[in-house]
Amino acid sequence: MVVKVLTGNYAVAEAVRLSNVDLITAYPITPQTTIVERLSEYVDLGVIKSRFIRVESEFSALAVAYGAALCNARVFTATSSHGLLYMHEMLWWVAGSRIPIVMAVVTRSIGPPWNIWDEHSDFMDHRDCGWLMAFAEDNQEVLDTTIQLFRITEDERVYLPGMLGLDGFLLSHTSEPVDVPEEHIVKSFLKPRSQPYSMCGVELLTLGNLPKAEDHMMMKYDIQVSMENAKKVIKEVDLEYSKLTGRGYGGLIECYRCSDSKYLVVGMGGWVGTMKDVCDDLRDLGYKVGVLKVRFFRPFPEEDIIEVLRGVKGVLVFDRSVSYGSLGHIHTEILARSYRLGSRPVIKGIIAGLAGVDVGVREFMNSIVGFVNEVEERGYVGNYSEWLLPG
Amino acid sequence: MSKTHILPISRPSIGVGGKTGYWRVKKPEVNHSKCIRCSMCWLYCPDSVIDVIEGSDKYVVINYNYCKGCGICSEVCPTKAIVMVDE
Repeated sequence: MVVKVLTGNYAVAEAVRLSNVDLITAYPITPQTTIVERLSEYVDLGVIKSRFIRVESEFSALAVAYGAALCNARVFTATSSHGLLYMHEMLWWVAGSRIPIVMAVVTRSIGPPWNIWDEHSDFMDHRDCGWLMAFAEDNQEVLDTTIQLFRITEDERVYLPGMLGLDGFLLSHTSEPVDVPEEHIVKSFLKPRSQPYSMCGVELLTLGNLPKAEDHMMMKYDIQVSMENAKKVIKEVDLEYSKLTGRGYGGLIECYRCSDSKYLVVGMGGWVGTMKDVCDDLRDLGYKVGVLKVRFFRPFPEEDIIEVLRGVKGVLVFDRSVSYGSLGHIHTEILARSYRLGSRPVIKGIIAGLAGVDVGVREFMNSIVGFVNEVEERGYVGNYSEWLLPG
Repeated sequence: MSKTHILPISRPSIGVGGKTGYWRVKKPEVNHSKCIRCSMCWLYCPDSVIDVIEGSDKYVVINYNYCKGCGICSEVCPTKAIVMVDE
């Protein structure tokens, strides 16, 4: 084990270096650029044996990755924002074809107006494509989850592509000490490339033909079943990884000081670190607050979250993205899934940090204390969804 | 190939889509005396249902089980040796 000081993007590149990837292809876009910059250096210097294919667009990047992966190659690509939106159709092709591919999504706002700062709208825009969706809190988790995703996506119970989200600049360009596992450990952890079929011109196969509607619907159902199966696989893989490296993340969610909490703060991504600090401060002040981190957004960890929500008085969900005309994406999920609970907690959603607006200790502190006090006094909240506007 | 998943792939084989010749409303007929054995019909047939047989009096052979009657062979034939007739 070696500790290196790495940005989030370099942590992704380190993970890809360790994961014995056959092919890397990507088109540069801020804030993703330094991932592929570093990987192309590795290829150029012979540090890794992967091939690097330069393409003229993100659509082509995923199309090339898809083509290579169809023929048994372990591939990696990365993008952000408008680049991810440009890939959109190919995301459906890859997932529908049941081909494992790992992609890093360095989250960034979507224009207009032009903006390179962080929010989760680009990531959330792709929640319905059939991709596994993980999100990292810090650079260590970036590295570990990237490695884990290769294993999860190539598990025969899953056979779906997976994306890892990391916050643009907040993680991608911020340096932290990161434990980098030994090559032989990752090699033993990742089995040889596995996929449901391969199209290398050896076997006569056609892909994407017009099937009967009934067959097509069964294929869609199979994706849903595999998503459900993935929940178990994600937990198994995380447990095995923790035995090898000493680092586990609890599978689909992480609970911070949840066991005796009356109030839960829910979030995803880099700002969960700040939430944990605020939680510690609030505990010192006598507030029984815990933090629930969403580590996997797809499959959505319904059962795990229901367990944590049971007996809780209030839940405050922070979203860094919104479905215009509706609610924040995580807020929507928590509301829908908690319907199963006999006695539900008060659930409020806050949209914050869009377009890279800073959300720090003070903002979290005010929102959480305000929420807890209101629920304690009235037993409900006047406003179930609000925007934390700047200024 | 994985047996645990329902996959969007298929194995192409002759007749896997049924006898598609039934779709036809017009049928290509070959006048062998006008045929100059250029093989343009064989080259252009989008369904690969035309065979050419070297040394035969009937150089062009069309498999009517799968010919959908699109008429491309008739269009490309330089001597109009192939004509479309009603079924």
